[in-house]
Amino acid sequence: MRPLAQSETFMTVAAPLAVGVIVVVIWETACRAFNIPVFLFPKPSDIGTKLVSDWPVLLTALGMTLRIALQAFFAAIVIGTLIAFLFLQSRAIEMSFFPYAVLLQVTPIVAIAPLIIILVKNTQVALTVCATVVALFPIISNTTLGLRSVDPGLVNLFRMSRAGRMQTLWRLRIPSALPYFFGGLRISSGLALIGAVVAEFVAGTGGRSAGLAYEILQSGFQLDIPRMFAALFLITLAGVGLFAMMVGLSRLALGAWHESEVGTEA
Amino acid sequence: MLAPNPALSADAEERPGAGAPVIEILSADKVFPNGTRALAAIDLTIAGGEFLTLIGPSGCGKSTLLKLIANLIEPTEGRILWRSGAFDKVGARGRSIAFVFQDPTLMPWARVETNVRLPLDLARVPSAESRRRVADALSRVGLEGYARYYPRQLSGGMKMRVSIARSLVIEPNLLLMDEPFGALDEFTRNRLDADLIRLWWERKLTTVFVTHSIYEAVFLSTRVIVLGARPGRICKVMTIEEPHPRHESFRNSPRFAEHCRALSALLTEVSVEQMRS
Repeated sequence: MRPLAQSETFMTVAAPLAVGVIVVVIWETACRAFNIPVFLFPKPSDIGTKLVSDWPVLLTALGMTLRIALQAFFAAIVIGTLIAFLFLQSRAIEMSFFPYAVLLQVTPIVAIAPLIIILVKNTQVALTVCATVVALFPIISNTTLGLRSVDPGLVNLFRMSRAGRMQTLWRLRIPSALPYFFGGLRISSGLALIGAVVAEFVAGTGGRSAGLAYEILQSGFQLDIPRMFAALFLITLAGVGLFAMMVGLSRLALGAWHESEVGTEA
Repeated sequence: MLAPNPALSADAEERPGAGAPVIEILSADKVFPNGTRALAAIDLTIAGGEFLTLIGPSGCGKSTLLKLIANLIEPTEGRILWRSGAFDKVGARGRSIAFVFQDPTLMPWARVETNVRLPLDLARVPSAESRRRVADALSRVGLEGYARYYPRQLSGGMKMRVSIARSLVIEPNLLLMDEPFGALDEFTRNRLDADLIRLWWERKLTTVFVTHSIYEAVFLSTRVIVLGARPGRICKVMTIEEPHPRHESFRNSPRFAEHCRALSALLTEVSVEQMRS
């Protein structure tokens, strides 16, 4: 048996966890020692209490935000992949439309969200559209790059074997694009969540369909800072969860062969 | 020059490289769209069963010539005949050309068996038939136990063997190899050369091989073509009349050394001519 500290899996979990625990302990003791008022900077214990007491409301809000983020994420995957395949058809199409994809990417979502919210009647749809706009670009650019990043030797081999267009697409281009595509997914999943939260801030939607951003806004108005932190904590948790899911998915798909997913033992 | 080899003259029918022409290149040249003249008009006949090696300095158009033969690119002028007929599309009926590249060019996402089976899958060969052929090809290159491995789990030499196995599954009637072992260490290269020459002999392959190495050219070839650069053209031709199948012991024979010296002298002559012009 090797000592626990040398085990790779133990360290990847334990080391960051230890840092987190130490930070929380210092935070708690510092707040207590300097008597910092709750409405300025709450203790972790205050946030924890709030998380438990307001759990039903916060959970609904989390569900709302996650739903919009996931809808946007899936929409971005479908639309982004379709656009990438369209770009693959000809350089002319790519060159004509790629600048507009960039335009979409560089325009801050906060600036166009009000417009989208005015134009689209249904708030839920409007929020999803905003988040999709944010999440779309990494999928387009990464998938396009991946579909074009094919080993030229393999292209020659396929040509010499008289492979058809579809054969080349399925057996060569799509597998070559996968690592890039999953890279795009990782970035895009986080962006979808950010897009959803930003759009909620702009829309300021209340009522039964309130997301976490609305909870944060409300908590700010009411000086309920622990609740604000609790909502923030849930957003972060959702983001980390999404990212971890993408990492897992990518490992599942590429684990056997791609350098990025292959451990050092090989 | 060397005296005729008694082992060869005794049995002229067994002598490789005396078959009907497989490829005839009739004053074909290649000018790339950017104006670079890669090849001057080349005339070359590749006979069935021969092991032809192209050797020459960098930029002498060896790879271009090989791609012309593979019909991956078209000649700017001149014609290329396949078994004395017109040369149209790649892989046309009755012609199966295998190309082994400088790199193993394997699909990293696919297991060894899938990589080797690729040309059969693309040609929609039935799976029972392709399974048999893949197993056969893998055993010929000595990789029986590695069918389920991924390329990244193999050494450079083993990857090259997979690449060769892939070229053998289609039972090619012309095998083109572009510096296949250039990136390997000398031990691995020597071993693969020996395996290659055995395969060539067993399967009566017609092979065109590109290399930088004099030793490799002498060990493998029935005929060596020395190319000159800018533009690429045929400068010298040398036949190596030694019995087949050749074994590792051939490397240590005085005849091998003499052939190497002769080929080296030809290469020197060509480079001196190049310096003058």
